[in-house]
Amino acid sequence: MFSKEEIAQRIAKEIKDGYYVNLGIGIPTLVANYIPKGINVVLQSENGLLGMGPFPFEGEEDADLINAGKQTITTLPGSSIFDSAMSFGMIRAQKVDLTILGAMEVSETGDIANWKIPGKMVKGMGGAMDLVASAKNIIVAMQHINKAGESKLLPKCTLPLTGVKCIKKIVTELAVLDILPEGGFKLLERAPGVSIEFIQQSTAGRLVVEGEIPEMRLD
Amino acid sequence: MINKVVSGAEEAIKDISDGATLMLGGFGLCGIPENCINALVSKQVKNLTCISNNAGVDDFGIGLMLKQRQVKKMISSYVGENAEFERQLLSGELEVDLIPQGTLATRCLAAGYGMPAIFTPAGVGTEVAEGKEVRNFDGKDYLMEYAFDADFAIVKAWKGDTAGNLIFRSTSRNFNPVMAMAGKVTIAEVEELVEAGELDPDYIHTPGIYVHRIFQGKDYEKRIEQRTVRKSEV
Repeated sequence: MFSKEEIAQRIAKEIKDGYYVNLGIGIPTLVANYIPKGINVVLQSENGLLGMGPFPFEGEEDADLINAGKQTITTLPGSSIFDSAMSFGMIRAQKVDLTILGAMEVSETGDIANWKIPGKMVKGMGGAMDLVASAKNIIVAMQHINKAGESKLLPKCTLPLTGVKCIKKIVTELAVLDILPEGGFKLLERAPGVSIEFIQQSTAGRLVVEGEIPEMRLD
Repeated sequence: MINKVVSGAEEAIKDISDGATLMLGGFGLCGIPENCINALVSKQVKNLTCISNNAGVDDFGIGLMLKQRQVKKMISSYVGENAEFERQLLSGELEVDLIPQGTLATRCLAAGYGMPAIFTPAGVGTEVAEGKEVRNFDGKDYLMEYAFDADFAIVKAWKGDTAGNLIFRSTSRNFNPVMAMAGKVTIAEVEELVEAGELDPDYIHTPGIYVHRIFQGKDYEKRIEQRTVRKSEV
């Protein structure tokens, strides 16, 4: 079974040279630590920055320079700053190549829910609805099952939706899956030591298993 | 040159009265108009509708206004950092309109550009779309979202001049320029106010035509929400 870091590490393998990438809060943020060497990637932070650098050295924090998670960060050579409307303009116009975000639930038709649990938790959608509605390439980093062992990969989402028919790839602690255009979670890889049977049990939506399913590799 | 300078936050907000609709710049606590928020708290105006990406934290920013129950309605995209906000929201004391962040920014932009509405795919098929007109362009659905109509926009800039021209610094720019364009009356507080002519016209982010009142703020706390650092390399 994969840790959060390993999920991030596996997702990082999907990033290609020359990509502009938007990373959501949580596991997606960790992906920045695993971008393969020799690959040039520009990270977009939707509060208005292209070219997000690492955290500042102690004592060099700048209150005016934060990422979308409100963390202090740095710029890099080639960075640029812009306002929030332009930031979502470039997202809507599909200038950003890849979006990686977290989810509470994903359905077998590619719907995603990640912003609200009615009566319990209301944090808001932030930029997630804009991102999922416009991005051409979205990878979801999420837990396959919740603490009670219940599947979060469902036939239909039970929570209020963030976007409809927009998710194509999911990486969880158990597996890498694609969402098929006709619906269904197609199993591509399984985490080391995890059986197809366990993934089947842990997936409430329709799971499609065809041929050999290799173990995920991180190198 | 039309002089836009006022003495300070108290004068800048003097005609903001109960029931007004305000836009407040900032992302999290970054780039918020601290001086004007404090003046609004002192003035105790009530029943405000606040358009702002976030709602501050419990003891800073808009959170201070929430604590005093000055806010009737919030229009925001993300409110995760404010426990009092979440409490008032879940208990129904506070009216909240949560909207996608890009929609929020672009509804400001539309107001500043003189356009009545925009079409965006954000929120199609979700509860955000309820009651909204959907239009299909080239096979994809879009929601029609109206330009904001705010009585006042209150923004924070790094530098400004007496003509109301503004320059923002780093990611404290965020919503400030688009909100500055969108208010019927726009109030700008700046860290450094200079004479007209001292800022290079090529580097102005917000032209003074959008700004009605400007003043140099004081005692900026610029609180950091998430202080993240790495160890110095030896």
